[in-house]
Amino acid sequence: MAAVTQSRDIYFLKEQARAVRVEILRMLAQAGSGHTGGSLSSADIATALYFYKMRHRPDDPKWPERDRFVLSKGHAAPLLYTVLALTGYFDKSLLNTLRKIRSPLQGHPSSKMLPGIEVSTGSLGQGLSIANGMALGLKLDRNPARVYCLLGDGETQEGQVWEAAMTASHYFLDNLCAIVDLNELQIDGRCSDVMKIEPVPDKWKAFGWHIFEIDGHDMEQIVDALDEAEKIKGKPSVILARTIKGKGVSFFEGKVEYHGIVPTKEELELALKELAGNGE
Amino acid sequence: MGSRPEESVVKGKESGVDFFGQAVATRDAYGAALLDLGTRNECVVVLDADLSGSTKTAKFAKAFPERFFNMGIAEQDMMATAGGLSLVGKIPFASTFAVFASGRAWDQIRQTICYSNLNVKIVATHAGITVGEDGASHQALEDMALMRAIPHMTVITPCDGFETKQVIDAIAEYDGPVYVRLGRAKVPSVMPAGYRFQIGKAYKFHIGRDANIIANGIMVSEALKAKEMLLQKGMDVGVINMPTIKPLDTEALLEAASNSKLIVTAEEHSIVGGLGSAVAEFLSENHPVSIKRIGTKDTFGGSGKPEELLKIHGLTAEEIVKTVMTNV
Ligand SMILES: Cc1ncc(C[n+]2csc(CCOP(=O)(O)OP(=O)(O)O)c2C)c(N)n1
Ligand SMILES: [Mg+2]
Repeated sequence: MAAVTQSRDIYFLKEQARAVRVEILRMLAQAGSGHTGGSLSSADIATALYFYKMRHRPDDPKWPERDRFVLSKGHAAPLLYTVLALTGYFDKSLLNTLRKIRSPLQGHPSSKMLPGIEVSTGSLGQGLSIANGMALGLKLDRNPARVYCLLGDGETQEGQVWEAAMTASHYFLDNLCAIVDLNELQIDGRCSDVMKIEPVPDKWKAFGWHIFEIDGHDMEQIVDALDEAEKIKGKPSVILARTIKGKGVSFFEGKVEYHGIVPTKEELELALKELAGNGE
Repeated sequence: MGSRPEESVVKGKESGVDFFGQAVATRDAYGAALLDLGTRNECVVVLDADLSGSTKTAKFAKAFPERFFNMGIAEQDMMATAGGLSLVGKIPFASTFAVFASGRAWDQIRQTICYSNLNVKIVATHAGITVGEDGASHQALEDMALMRAIPHMTVITPCDGFETKQVIDAIAEYDGPVYVRLGRAKVPSVMPAGYRFQIGKAYKFHIGRDANIIANGIMVSEALKAKEMLLQKGMDVGVINMPTIKPLDTEALLEAASNSKLIVTAEEHSIVGGLGSAVAEFLSENHPVSIKRIGTKDTFGGSGKPEELLKIHGLTAEEIVKTVMTNV
């Protein structure tokens, strides 16, 4: 498989993010079910990780010094599958099998079925603990690899997230960087209506984390935060990324109902046109 | 419970002790076995949730502080963190009381540990009613059922210190999730010299013609007592120790069921979902015979002395004898 092309070039990364969104929409429309909104809202972040920040080898997915990525918000599986395919972990044609019988592209990531998936996720609230465990073990081995963990904002209503937040700071896990996709939406509505999570920055600060507050769709801000996080010593970092659920497709943006429904044929066509027009 | 000082009954040298012939609590054998294992295997790391004095992981913690992680009172975080440690090549042992390990963190065990088939060893102590005075909130009588239901999980209940030491060594060698069920109270030595524990293998003390008792944990010694009492009455009753309830040793079960028309199971656990259920599931489909299950009868435990509780719940040799006599 082709070696992954990685670059810090913002134009390059934006183009990749656009390609990622196209694939997500295509595969979801083909699958007929799946999670659209949360895959699109995290697309720029995942692109920055896989096409720039993370040290990884798609042709050697078990390379011991690879940086680890844990998709704690496992329902954004289409996003993970897309960045894995586009960076060369497996053939892009597999994306057409999402959610189909015996496909390695399960509805939620299954680590035993597809290369590049570190751990199976889908039950929200567990990924940060898993990432902590990896970070602890890597430190014990003096392995320089870093661990990235992507969470949803609704997900942070799970108590275990805050158990893990305590653990990461208690054990000084500066080889860990969490990213929270703050799209302000979950399934039943706005986070502020379902179960208030604000003040988000204060909470993470109070738990002993170094925080970065960014616009999660501004590629420059994303790569800057990822670079800066690597320099923070003695405590874990969290990137609090304000995002728009469904970002990239005007008629999905900010719409709570597009959490778990996929584009129709017509919507897909319109969406792809919009994304094509967004080229700079 | 965690705050009460609980003197270890194990004295003397730790490493190399095999506990043969010794009456010890299985958790004490665990503490020593873990320490010994830590000395031999650098990959072993241990997690506990503020109960290290009671689960006996404190011994390991003292010897290897850099490889011990106290996770605080946060069992869910502990299980998933153990999963993460296994993903970077560690062999994590996660311990707390059986109620919290199997109940509070069940989803983490299912979703993170078992679905990804991670190499995590959950060693839960204070299982069953012999917890005693702490009462029902602290007496896991459903844990074998909960753990057995999860794909990829191996479930083991050793019966004495000698077997426990071997179980801990064996699961460290095995790649995959394991749940081990240990007790708080001192138990008699049961397994004979030369016994070698193997995952998935039962030990046949004797195969009887009139009935066979399948037991694990503290009920193995009761079963052996019952066998002697029944012998006095002229009956030939066998005893099988079934430490691994998943995967079951089905060959041993078939042998027992082909030699007698009555099978009695005995466990310090609810009759719902544990050893009795596992045996009944297999035999009813493969070699139907009469089966009677001894265990707690779909009730919670309560406070009291272990012996009192065992009597109230019918977990005694006398109860086994009665069950055999009335059903044979
Ligand atoms: C433990 C658990 N409870 C409930 C669900 C069902 N569920 C899937 S996605 C979701 C909402 C997630 O919202 P958020 O974390 O904000 O994700 P995003 O908005 O980024 O999609 C819920 C409740 C789940 N997967 N896991
Ligand atoms: Mg959200």
